Amino acid sequence: MADYKNEFGWFAPKPTVEKKIYNLTAVAVGLGIFLVVFGAPVLLNMGKVHPVPQPSVDTPAIQKLAEKERQCVEPTEWMRANHMQLLWDWREQVVRTGERYYTTSRGKKVLASLSNNCMECHTNKSQFCDQCHNYVAVAPNCWGCHLPKEQNVAKAEGK
Amino acid sequence: MLEYAFVGTRRYYTLLAVLATLAAVGFLVYLKQLSFGLGITGMSRDVSWGFYIAQFTYLVGVAASAVMVVLPYYLHDYKAFGRVTILGEFLAVAAVTMCLLFIIVDLGRPDRLFNLIKYPTPNSVLFWDMIVLNGYLFLNIICGWLVLEAERNQVPPPKWLKPLILLSIPWAPSIHTVTAFLYAGLPGRGYWLTAIMAPRFLSSAFASGPALLILLALLVRRFTQFDPGREQIQTLAKIVTYAILVNVFFFFCELFTVFYSRIPEHMDHFYYLFYGLQGKGWLVPWMWFSIVGMCIAALLMVSPKIRQNETTLALTCGLIIITTYIDKGLGLISGGFVPNPLHQVNEYMPTVPEILITLGVWATGFLILTILYKVAVSVKEEIRA
Amino acid sequence: MGINRRDFLKLAGLLGLGGKAAFELVLPGEVEAAVAKTQAAGTRWALVVDMRKLTDKVAARCIEACHTLHNVPNYLEPPDPKLALSEDLKNRWQIKWIWTDVYEHAFVGFEQDHQWEKLQGMNFLLLCNHCDNPPCVRVCPTQATYRRPDGIVMMDMHRCIGCRFCMAGCPYAARSFNWRDPRPYIPKINPDYPTREIGVVEKCLLCEERLAQGQQPACVEASGGALIFGNLNEENSPVRAALRAHYTIRRKPYLGTNPQVYYIV
Repeated sequence: MADYKNEFGWFAPKPTVEKKIYNLTAVAVGLGIFLVVFGAPVLLNMGKVHPVPQPSVDTPAIQKLAEKERQCVEPTEWMRANHMQLLWDWREQVVRTGERYYTTSRGKKVLASLSNNCMECHTNKSQFCDQCHNYVAVAPNCWGCHLPKEQNVAKAEGK
Repeated sequence: MLEYAFVGTRRYYTLLAVLATLAAVGFLVYLKQLSFGLGITGMSRDVSWGFYIAQFTYLVGVAASAVMVVLPYYLHDYKAFGRVTILGEFLAVAAVTMCLLFIIVDLGRPDRLFNLIKYPTPNSVLFWDMIVLNGYLFLNIICGWLVLEAERNQVPPPKWLKPLILLSIPWAPSIHTVTAFLYAGLPGRGYWLTAIMAPRFLSSAFASGPALLILLALLVRRFTQFDPGREQIQTLAKIVTYAILVNVFFFFCELFTVFYSRIPEHMDHFYYLFYGLQGKGWLVPWMWFSIVGMCIAALLMVSPKIRQNETTLALTCGLIIITTYIDKGLGLISGGFVPNPLHQVNEYMPTVPEILITLGVWATGFLILTILYKVAVSVKEEIRA
Repeated sequence: MGINRRDFLKLAGLLGLGGKAAFELVLPGEVEAAVAKTQAAGTRWALVVDMRKLTDKVAARCIEACHTLHNVPNYLEPPDPKLALSEDLKNRWQIKWIWTDVYEHAFVGFEQDHQWEKLQGMNFLLLCNHCDNPPCVRVCPTQATYRRPDGIVMMDMHRCIGCRFCMAGCPYAARSFNWRDPRPYIPKINPDYPTREIGVVEKCLLCEERLAQGQQPACVEASGGALIFGNLNEENSPVRAALRAHYTIRRKPYLGTNPQVYYIV
């Protein structure tokens, strides 16, 4: 100890240590377990083909609408990217402020409600919502409380 | 310093293994609770807090009591306690960790835990409890660890640490005061609606915490080369004596106010706990054991002969820990909720899964405590050698 | 930004002046004007229960209307007999938005050894009192429970962390917790209204979703006149008329929560 500045000792010559890996078996086993655990998702899904999701808008409610009326509260492209944010905003707005209507960018006033507006048209949660959600492996917890208004929901949820 | 935790006797590793197993069992049952809901516990619409919150309350007291070794050493320069402050601080770290875990296992929606920070709400006592508990945890980790490290390197601790240590002293009673305010500010819960709630919490904490510390110190002496010291233990014993006497006194103050005023909404909870109400009262024998035991322990502690003999001291400390635990752990929460605001008696009894989860949290806490004490004791042994 | 009456009173209270007297001292004659102003501006919903008209049958209809509409699970008589629960669990898990209980329970401390014989076994309709000064709102650490300007003590189920502090705080036992997944116990799910998930607290929200559409609360509609609902701030509202014409009582008014459900006995 006496010669060193501290235990790393930058003033003292480096102590010579035999060059070898200690506990090689234990290290190898540990590394192996690490690789298996962290590689599992890749290994398990290797070779599987996941079809690109094709959310369907073919529901009786949408078909009934006139060609011109057949559009969502906001343009499709925008909805595809931002529907989750929109739903969050609606949630805050309706519950916290009591304001139940949303004015769309086209100036139309619509009911801000997942079950009582979105799902009235999109009566096919399994063919619409779940298509993409399953593909990107997200599980929005809306459906723990709000009802999708679709028959055989449990089967369709893919759980 | 943490490397000390990895070198130990067989007995040390066995202890760690046992605690880890218990913690793992608790965790598995907790997974069950997550999927089914809190319905696997004995809690109900009427008794909406139970065993978890009771442990939490008791352990906040144990954590706060670290101040009883820190304060004499740093404020009164009582040198003897220099040897045991680390034991107190590390006990606080383990106890606060258990408190936080008990809060988490009690939440219906632990996935939304961070809403507490996302939507800070200063009018809720729970918000302040979160702040003081986390603050106290960090203060004790930092102060305890750095002082121990300085001791090992045989250098004075960093200067900036002193203000933190001084801050930790008033912080300790604050955690238990805020915890008492969780209960003491609720209208319509006669058992809790008392200004003496926080003082009672502190007195029982300053009795049970140092009593536990005495037992731990005796264990440390028995199983390691480090002796926390006879004088230190005797001083702690005096602290326990005063605190338990004050605690009994506060209890009788409470009894007087409640029973002399004869306001039913306050009296009925005591009736339930000590006599039973509407034919129900499984806690009655426990409560009588608790209060009678507490009085006897207080009397025993007053006698110097019993206090100075370490065997009788240890037994009395054990009695104090058990009786204050029953009072605060079992009686306080059940007693506050029964009878309910409609004056109906729906009793609460913890279920097996609930007890297993509780044991798991205790085991986790003692796992942390064992590791921290191992480090502390190894450092002390090394310095002595 | 002007100072409103409420803030002013708070300020006055802080300064140790407190109450109406202080107000008059500083701004003589302003009190009545200020009160009239707030009253004209806002809405303050309240409910009057006319116990003379509320038979057990009517009460059952009110409960039925509310619980069906709001997807409240029925743990007492599950829709599927296989799900039947022990007496203990029924008692522990029960979820009540609106329910009945006897006078001695509804009005603890008001009972007498010898009392009006009609009170014997009279079942009072109980629900959240939508207090002016709600302890549940005070204790909630995430503002999941909050008070709306129209007086409704509202719940944001998306935000509730399930700490159950509000259940300890409520002196009326008006709050229930979801100890398990309620869906299997809902007799017939109303798809227009959400159910609840495990681990959140719930209670009566005074049918705020119906009020938004200009409808009366479901219990009021089902009561056939036994329940009177309206705006307290409106001079000619049915609640004000009922309160003017009758002696009414409230549950635990001495706690200072200022409950807004009144009972004509």
